Amino acid sequence: MNLIETLEAENGKDVLPAVHVGDTVNVHYLIREGEKERIQIFSGTVLSIGGRGIRKTITVRRIVQGEGVERIFPLHNPRVQEVEIARRGDVRRAKLYFLRDRVGKKTRVKELLGEKARRERSRDESIQAAQAAAAAERAASKPAAATEGEE
Amino acid sequence: MTLILGRKKGMTQLFAEDGTATGVTVVEAGPCVATQIRTQENDGYDAVQWGFEDVRESRTSKPRRGHFKKADVAPKRFLREERLSAPATIDVGAAIDATVFEVGTLVDVIGTTKGRGFAGTIKRHNFSRGPKTHGSKNYRAPGSIGCSAYPSRVFKGKRSSGHYGDTRQTTKNLRIVHVDAERNLLFIKGAVPGANEGFVQIQTAKTGTRTPKKR
Repeated sequence: MNLIETLEAENGKDVLPAVHVGDTVNVHYLIREGEKERIQIFSGTVLSIGGRGIRKTITVRRIVQGEGVERIFPLHNPRVQEVEIARRGDVRRAKLYFLRDRVGKKTRVKELLGEKARRERSRDESIQAAQAAAAAERAASKPAAATEGEE
Repeated sequence: MTLILGRKKGMTQLFAEDGTATGVTVVEAGPCVATQIRTQENDGYDAVQWGFEDVRESRTSKPRRGHFKKADVAPKRFLREERLSAPATIDVGAAIDATVFEVGTLVDVIGTTKGRGFAGTIKRHNFSRGPKTHGSKNYRAPGSIGCSAYPSRVFKGKRSSGHYGDTRQTTKNLRIVHVDAERNLLFIKGAVPGANEGFVQIQTAKTGTRTPKKR
């Protein structure tokens, strides 16, 4: 791993939510209202996943009062506290921009069910477990490196 | 003025507590070793010569090998001078690292820009191109370069195609966002000249530290 990748792994979140294109998600976003802070939930369909490393983002689209609204969330942003996956989508493309031209019932995405969904879920879990393990390893090696530097 | 030598490692972004992202360049700065002290009586001016990054002795030129031997330091790859207004207070062999800069200071970063070879006017001087189609034969040509019978020549300094890049460039007044003392890394807001892994000099900003004029 090169230096930039190492830094991004350290600075970013340890475990990323297992979001896929086509999923219906609830994004918990911390917003500021004057002095108070509260969590706003933005739910919609994931149209695309962009970026790599610490710049990874998701584009979420929903219909608010008959008007399509899209928000782009950087997944490593500390303000994005949680991304709940409400429903897995069964899609065959990486970007769902065609949904922008559709209205009403046609905007629905088929749900991913059955054996495939189970397989995907176990895959996501193993990926997240690997991320957690890598983070734990970094945390373990970090103090060791610090003491080496002092000697 | 403070100066340190380093290598540009690449760009990334940092998130602040309020969720704003800052684009930063990571520079591996130091440790640098003083390889020579220039003095008024010897050289006519005061300066410190800093060296960065060890290099195998067999990869060093003979004159440089002698130079490093005289200073009794390991051969270095990258040497630059820091001009001083008063005689140097440090000795040859003194070392500095990334902690010479504090978070929040403004710096000028000097590097060598990416070489683009022989480039046309569009890339080199931001000229416009002609139409791609409709029988156009003027796709990336520079267009008219002057008048005719008078002056019967092209004026000097006419922007034209030629070698572009691979020059020394200074980016001024960049802010230091974070200092990693353990790994000798400086996180500088914004972009700095040159390719990743290129050598850069980082020094205290010449102009930006002045307080802005009151209106």
